[in-house]
Amino acid sequence: MKATVYVTIRQNVLDPQGKAVRDALGSLGFEEVKDVRIGKYMELELATEDRAAAEARVREMCEKLLANPVIEEYRFELA
Amino acid sequence: METSRLTAPAGRTEHGPDGPQGPLMKFAVIVFPGSNCDVDCHKAVEDVLGQPVDYVWHTASDLSGYDCILLPGGFSYGDYLRCGAIARFAPVMDALVKAAEEGKYILGICNGFQILLEAGLLPGAMLRNRSLKFRCDQAALRVETTRTAFTGDYRKGEILSIPIAHGEGNYYCDEATLADLAAHDQIVFRYVGENPNGSLDDIAGICNRAGNVVGMMPHPERATSRLLGSEDGRRMFTSVLNAWRVKHGTAAVSGA
Repeated sequence: MKATVYVTIRQNVLDPQGKAVRDALGSLGFEEVKDVRIGKYMELELATEDRAAAEARVREMCEKLLANPVIEEYRFELA
Repeated sequence: METSRLTAPAGRTEHGPDGPQGPLMKFAVIVFPGSNCDVDCHKAVEDVLGQPVDYVWHTASDLSGYDCILLPGGFSYGDYLRCGAIARFAPVMDALVKAAEEGKYILGICNGFQILLEAGLLPGAMLRNRSLKFRCDQAALRVETTRTAFTGDYRKGEILSIPIAHGEGNYYCDEATLADLAAHDQIVFRYVGENPNGSLDDIAGICNRAGNVVGMMPHPERATSRLLGSEDGRRMFTSVLNAWRVKHGTAAVSGA
């Protein structure tokens, strides 16, 4: 089973990279871009077919290591 | 990583169990893969204090022989994922948490501070510098509290010149945590003049409630001699030696 994990800076925390990219897009004429959040994309190959178990384990991985809850939020998909 | 210098604790063999001024305070500098200020920290202890200091590899599981543990700057584990995120799970960290609980003195500098945050020994987290630039400069810091083990030899409000060198020193915590830090006198240093990284409330360093664990982005170990441009960092080291001596009733009384 494959897990796809997305980690981004929390909405209420300034994302300095996202802001710089938004400003750059604006200066290139893409004025419709109101906000950019830059994050991390991770692909995890899991040696299991048990979807419920995988969900619990990936959540634990996110809480423990993959995201820092002080500044980041995460979501993931299983396929 | 050269293992030879890690297995030969020179400081221990040069000194006996006791020095001319009584019992010796034992320092450890933790070395992670990617640490690069470990030698600076080791030299600072040797040069400023003349106390025994060992390099301790991140795989160690026992820190019980040490009175003070320094987490040096660098790029532990390549700063992969987040600064300090992987180092935080190194085997030595269980022993470090235990040492913190026992009231031993712990100083995390730069990447060491980031590791203390990731480990939850200090509250908050680091973001990329607001400018997105890696800043390598001399910074002006104000000493906000002298109650910690590492700041007792300074005066409150004193301005220090200490170098910084980081790309992710933009300290962040939520409002409740910030209020809590202020209420418990846990903000140790603030930047004065320009804030080089955009940190919340100009924070450059904080401590835990007990004041035995301190984390800071600036590098006091690089400010221990006028030849280095500043010696304002020396008292971080003399402070902790004095704190230890007071606590253990071994304040040297010469001629006694």
